[in-house]
Amino acid sequence: MSRLNTGGLIDRARPLKFTFDGKQYSGFEGDTLAAALLANDVRLVARSFKYHRPRGILTAGTEEPNALVTLREGARAEPNSKATAVPLYDGLVASSQNRWPSLGFDLLALNQLASPIFVAGFYYKTFMRPAALWEKLYEPLIRRAAGLGALSGLPDPDSYDRKHAFCDLLVIGAGPAGLAAALTAGRSGLRVIVADDDMAMGGHLLKERSEIAGATGADWAAGVVEELASYPNVTLLPRTGVFGVYDGHEYGAVERVADHLPEPLPGQPRQRLWKIVAKHALLASGAIERPLIFPGNDRPGVMMASAVSAYLNRFAVAPGKKAVIFTSCDTGWQTALDLQAAGIGVAAVVDTRAQKPALADRLDLSDSVVALQGAIVDIKGSKSVKGATIRDGSGKETTVACDLVAMSGGWNPAIGLGSNFGNRPVWSEELNAFLLDKTPPDFSSIGSAAGRMSLTSALGDGIRAATEVVQQMGKSPAEMAIADVAETGGTNENMLWVPSGIEGKAFVDFQNDVTASDIKLAASEGFVSIEHLKRYTTMGMATDQGKLSQINGHGLLAEETKKTIAEAGTIMSRPPYTPIALGVVAGHHRGEHFRPVRHTASHDWAAENGAAFVDVGQWKRAQWFVQPGETEWRTSVDREVNATRGGVGICDVSTLGKIDVLGPDAATLLDRLYANMFSTLPVGRARYGLMLREDGFVMDDGTATRFAEDKYYVTTTTANAARVMQHIDFARQVIWPELDVQATSVTEQWATYSIAGPQSRAVLQALLPDIDLANEAFKFMAAGEYRWRGTKIRLFRVSFSGELAYEISIGANRGRQLLEAIMAAGAPFGIVPYGTEALGVMRIEKGHPAGNEMNGQTTAGDLGMGRMLSTKKDFVGRAMAQRPGLTDPGRMSLVGLKPLDHAATLRAGAHLLAKGAEPKAANVQGRVTSAAFSPTLGHSIALALVTGGQERIGEEMMLNDIVRGSDVPVEICDAVFVDPAGERLRG
Amino acid sequence: MRIPCPYCGDRDSQEFVYRGDAAPVRPSDPAEETEFFDYVYLRENPAGPIDELWYHAQGCRNWITLTRDTRDHAISAARLTSEGKSA
Repeated sequence: MSRLNTGGLIDRARPLKFTFDGKQYSGFEGDTLAAALLANDVRLVARSFKYHRPRGILTAGTEEPNALVTLREGARAEPNSKATAVPLYDGLVASSQNRWPSLGFDLLALNQLASPIFVAGFYYKTFMRPAALWEKLYEPLIRRAAGLGALSGLPDPDSYDRKHAFCDLLVIGAGPAGLAAALTAGRSGLRVIVADDDMAMGGHLLKERSEIAGATGADWAAGVVEELASYPNVTLLPRTGVFGVYDGHEYGAVERVADHLPEPLPGQPRQRLWKIVAKHALLASGAIERPLIFPGNDRPGVMMASAVSAYLNRFAVAPGKKAVIFTSCDTGWQTALDLQAAGIGVAAVVDTRAQKPALADRLDLSDSVVALQGAIVDIKGSKSVKGATIRDGSGKETTVACDLVAMSGGWNPAIGLGSNFGNRPVWSEELNAFLLDKTPPDFSSIGSAAGRMSLTSALGDGIRAATEVVQQMGKSPAEMAIADVAETGGTNENMLWVPSGIEGKAFVDFQNDVTASDIKLAASEGFVSIEHLKRYTTMGMATDQGKLSQINGHGLLAEETKKTIAEAGTIMSRPPYTPIALGVVAGHHRGEHFRPVRHTASHDWAAENGAAFVDVGQWKRAQWFVQPGETEWRTSVDREVNATRGGVGICDVSTLGKIDVLGPDAATLLDRLYANMFSTLPVGRARYGLMLREDGFVMDDGTATRFAEDKYYVTTTTANAARVMQHIDFARQVIWPELDVQATSVTEQWATYSIAGPQSRAVLQALLPDIDLANEAFKFMAAGEYRWRGTKIRLFRVSFSGELAYEISIGANRGRQLLEAIMAAGAPFGIVPYGTEALGVMRIEKGHPAGNEMNGQTTAGDLGMGRMLSTKKDFVGRAMAQRPGLTDPGRMSLVGLKPLDHAATLRAGAHLLAKGAEPKAANVQGRVTSAAFSPTLGHSIALALVTGGQERIGEEMMLNDIVRGSDVPVEICDAVFVDPAGERLRG
Repeated sequence: MRIPCPYCGDRDSQEFVYRGDAAPVRPSDPAEETEFFDYVYLRENPAGPIDELWYHAQGCRNWITLTRDTRDHAISAARLTSEGKSA
């Protein structure tokens, strides 16, 4: 065990059991998985992406590239979890990934022997030919050999929540700068949200031995958090990572509600997506320590210096027993102090600089090698560090035994979120790091994220920035003072050290296995732009998005190309800042909740009466009604069609779009919206109408009914209801705002039933004995407003089926009641309910175009309705419908098709060819848009668009269905198959 | 993204339907075919501020003319389209 006896922010009274690769270990409450593994002396935790190199734990935060494990088992298994960011819980199960057969003995590590060919761009160079082998051989092999963890393939058993929040100030990161800012703003009465990725707030204060106002940094942070929690205007979100900045002051964040528990508590989501609208945001995301490039810098036991300090100070874990420090700044020396304070020997301190810092005086270096202007040139050991070969300023090499190497190459402000808007960060010569230049609006970085690295300056920066925000918002800022601070870490002379003359594998990008020699090779091959280099070598393209690697790659590229880093430039970051689960983005929108479902007023009645439902947009519509003994859907549909044409049927058509158009200019508006005339429509009459788009193609059809001079009622197809409403609003608000007319959707207010068939009048008359429905009194296309049992109804004599038919509408709350009353009144006449399938069969029999024909590419002429286009008025689409291309007589237009062999089946989508023509695209003369079996005629029928259209009636053609492999000889006929004279609907 | 609806206030852009450039004015018929062609198909594509039409489909159902900078999505003005071309 490597657990220290004292110290740390762990609760030794609460031991937790966990397993890694099937072996049992124990840790404490407050540990991360990485801390607990180190406490149990588990060093080797992963295999690398390409070379399957043994890898350990490099960092103590979300920037971790190496220690990726699969967390949990079964359906909850989550691959590529960063052990350094996983809070330990009792019963945690984790396993290593990308190894076979085991982590300790990984056969695929043989890849390392072949590493000379696995250089940058090797996929591009190696697997070019033969092309046929790519899919069959190369890709499967590469996928098996290289990779991360695998998904379980099982449905996710957990739920995900979504929350919207609004605040004056969003503080991203709860380190010293963030907490100081939040405290200032919170005390000043601003609505504040503080989001921090970690399970505990405090940032580096939890990892360092600094002091504020006489207390440890961690205690100070805990006190601030306690005060903030007491303010109603402050929301604290621990375990919440802000992953993106979006337009309009919006921020995306994921709260890991239950990831620190074995499974979510009852009624709790696993994670919650926050959409935060913040008037101002302060990026207090701190800084990320830079690795150093040297051979073997990826071996388990080589760690970031600040991570070593974090494991010592926060988790009371000694990551090794004998350490070598390799640093280019004071941080490494501070870690040496932390190690000695914990009783761990420091075998050597290697500094790339020429001078020891002042901090060194506080170290006992009597038994240590100190190499200035030095470097580590080799690491001994494979699955764990056994020693380091040090070259000092004079070139002399010494090998020192050790099991831990702590490296520090300085610090990079964590500015990723700030470049989400495409603002390229700029190089600061003063700080030797990239800083934000232009930020998203009302967004600023503070503390070490802004390059203010010392604790004192970070605290001061947080107070200053928050005070400014408070003032901007017109409030008076609370008086704040910076307490006495005992700094750690010394002065940060943040130089970027780039080695020269490296032999062996020195890693730049740990997660994607990109080495220093890959960068040099890419540069020598001409990939000298930072964006090209990134894509050619894949540096920075792993799930850590180059948080550690990018800067060293830049340094090497600058060196190779003899440019400065400022000239070489840097990349920008896009969301998400850290990977997020797709499940949390989907939230509740999955399975049956994928989108809202709309039920008509008689949905339950339909369900009780054997309806099979079909999705039409968001609506559930009855497709057919299964009667006892019916096993084939066709049996049900044929019965419904026959019963309707032979007697009477009823269909729920409530889903049609319904719009009331009211006002003195209602008639004028409708004249301009429809291709045909509506101002001439008498009160108490309905008329079929066709709407075009402004480009001259058909948009939608329906009826409009005039109930009064200034009161029209418009119906649309189910699919286009929202679009037509939008179109009407566009016409009356944008094109002709001078018209005095209002329009409102009443689709959901009315339940509407179509009663069709020769007996429909008798049924309705029984239902409405007080209304004279005789043919002369209530003619075809008559309409009126009446009452049924005291409730207003609208009655229309319109027909889609071609039969004598009526539509009756009532307030949706009484829809089911009306339907049941009609069924009762119709029982003596054998009334049947019918669904959308029978509706479709009857409309194809009547040759009515529907969505399949009004597909956005057809004109009124194509659909046989060219004569409806009024020449007496302006209307939307009139001018463009006259274009030669839209009036060309050679266009495909609507006809009917019947098979020569009545037993044959016609199918939608099949192509029409001249008899004997080769089935190829150039010979296609038309296609089937709708097809059905007509129980009325006893054979298959279809509607088709064919070149020449009506002219070709009587011609025989071949219907070729290349997808389903059939050839059916057909005859072109009129599109109206049943009652072409229209006698039934007028009778 | 947030849209400042003049009727409803600041709202999530998901409530709106985007149409595009507000500049084209429908020619009053009768007009040359070319005028209608320009109205239907031709659009400027500026890098900078542009007046454009948004429909508050899941709100007040008003058409709104927004002045938005295509370079950074900054919205500098919003008005009800029915109230005229410009304030």
